[in-house]
Amino acid sequence: MPIIELKKISRHYQMGEHLIKALDDIDLTIERNEYVMFIGSSGSGKSTAMNIVGCLDTPTSGTYLLNGNNVDGLDENALADIRNQEIGFIFQTFNLLPRATALRNVMQPLIYRGLKHSERKAAAEDVLERVGLADRGNHLPNELSGGQRQRVAIARALVTKPSILLADEPTGNLDSQTTTEILALFDELHAGGQTIVVVTHEPDVAAHGSRTIRLKDGRVESDLPNHGQQNVH
Amino acid sequence: MSTETPASNSILRAPFWFALTEGARAAFSSIRAHGFRSFLTALGIIIGVAAVIAMVSIIQGLSSLIDEQFQGLGSNSVTVAPYTTLEDALSGRNARLNEQDYELIRFRVDGIESITPMMPNQGRVDYQALSTTAQIIGTTHSFQAVDQAFVSNGRFLSLSDDETRRNIAVIGVEVQKDLSLPSDPIGEFIQVNGEWLKIVGLLESKGSFLGQGQDNYVLVPFSTMTRLNGNRWRPNIQIQLSVSDVNEIDTVMASIRRVLRNAHNLGDDEDDDFSFRTAEELQDSIGSILDTVTIVMGGIVSISLLVGGIGIMNIMLVSVTERTREIGICKAIGAKRHHILLQFLLEALVLCLIGGVVGLGIGYGIAAIATALIPGFPGAYTPLWAIGLALGFSGAIGVIFGILPAAKAANLDPISSLRYE
Repeated sequence: MPIIELKKISRHYQMGEHLIKALDDIDLTIERNEYVMFIGSSGSGKSTAMNIVGCLDTPTSGTYLLNGNNVDGLDENALADIRNQEIGFIFQTFNLLPRATALRNVMQPLIYRGLKHSERKAAAEDVLERVGLADRGNHLPNELSGGQRQRVAIARALVTKPSILLADEPTGNLDSQTTTEILALFDELHAGGQTIVVVTHEPDVAAHGSRTIRLKDGRVESDLPNHGQQNVH
Repeated sequence: MSTETPASNSILRAPFWFALTEGARAAFSSIRAHGFRSFLTALGIIIGVAAVIAMVSIIQGLSSLIDEQFQGLGSNSVTVAPYTTLEDALSGRNARLNEQDYELIRFRVDGIESITPMMPNQGRVDYQALSTTAQIIGTTHSFQAVDQAFVSNGRFLSLSDDETRRNIAVIGVEVQKDLSLPSDPIGEFIQVNGEWLKIVGLLESKGSFLGQGQDNYVLVPFSTMTRLNGNRWRPNIQIQLSVSDVNEIDTVMASIRRVLRNAHNLGDDEDDDFSFRTAEELQDSIGSILDTVTIVMGGIVSISLLVGGIGIMNIMLVSVTERTREIGICKAIGAKRHHILLQFLLEALVLCLIGGVVGLGIGYGIAAIATALIPGFPGAYTPLWAIGLALGFSGAIGVIFGILPAAKAANLDPISSLRYE
């Protein structure tokens, strides 16, 4: 069973008199343990696709099956549950809570799952160790470097054991050294069985994926497997 | 690498209680994070509650003291005083009671235990080089029974003092103190209105009542007082009496009324030109005045609580805008509407309640200091209902003024919030 199945998904915005087709009749299937890269220029619809896959946005028409379940017509709270349990978001600007320590940031999604403080802490410490920040748990985001912040964000995404990791330009704000480190971490997670979807406009980053989907004007322009991924570093 | 986190095998707790405690935790940490701003935000509530509590504590302290004092006063005494209607006062006619009225009541009304005329007058009292101003009261020996005034030294006024117009006086301890009279002033001479009076008695201290000393008295025989006043003005007196049976007090007052109306030639359509004061009536009217003051002041001060509430709403709205991105993040990682709603609502509620508690302490402190600074003023007393009301009111303000910002936060769209700069 595919983990993500988009059938004839469209997302239209009405801007004054113009109808903008951010996504136009997209069909897409992503299997478990794929490492998919969405690439495309700005305005190609890759962010919209990401929002729909991440259940932040709902399509104007079409059907979205997540783990075989139709998310059509689910209310806001049900979508919040799906985001909490199935999706792990990673953002370009990290989007950590500024007044919470790294550990608290990683614990945050588990609050919405109803876990006790001690259980949240144990789980968060475990994941922070996996991303190599076991000793940075008590630091506030502004006391961490960009790479460390992104690791905290990755830990936060992983702590809920999501079906998919959704990363929107995860290396966009990082220098080349830390970009390599973060992508290595992604490779490692992928090797561990994690399904990962990355939105990027950098070909170097895209080369890490096992599959590259190029979007243009709201449509899939190309959808190719990528074989040379392990040779990049 | 561990792949098993406890997240997967844990039981979901009762969601509402859980959301409540987690919301409270988030609210506290946010209030702590913005310490000074939180303080300023709560300041409106602090001031409002402090004002309410200070005001209520002072008035209630006063009121409980008055009740206590009236209980010792006895309810069988009545004062008859001249009463001028506003209409008469405007046309220059002043109601009067005189000695003949006193004699009439004394001889024609039954059920009176003791009765005394009183001619109160502010006057200058001199002793050697010192002088003071005191209440100079012309009265008779019956004053002792009616007013419960007893001497600690010497003797009280006697019947013969009045009959023979003796130049004597009984003084209160304050007069003794003010004029630096010896501790046993009996036999000393003081000068009142140019007449020398010999001190024959010193009254026991009666303490103070409503913040006013009750010992600043010079009692003079009634007839002596009449002479002291000379012919400068027609004597205007009050009549104090006590009834033998408290239950007959209304009957006695009715007979006095009949006698006086008759003596003053009042027609059926004319109002009384005198009035009665009983201890009970006085207690009731003072009590109701204090209650009204409490309510009116409470109402006025409540407005400041309202203003404080608006201040809280304003800051909460700013805070929601400021934290739009955080709200977006929380929603992206799975926060539901009620998580966000509760967090902001609890933040407003906790702010208001903290303000309420701090205000309570400050208000009580102000009342305690204020009452301690005014000599003779009763101690502050904060009734439980005032505490409950102040905290309940601040809590309600937190909820009422917190709900709008909280709803605004909960309704934010996650995508646009995440993009918010």
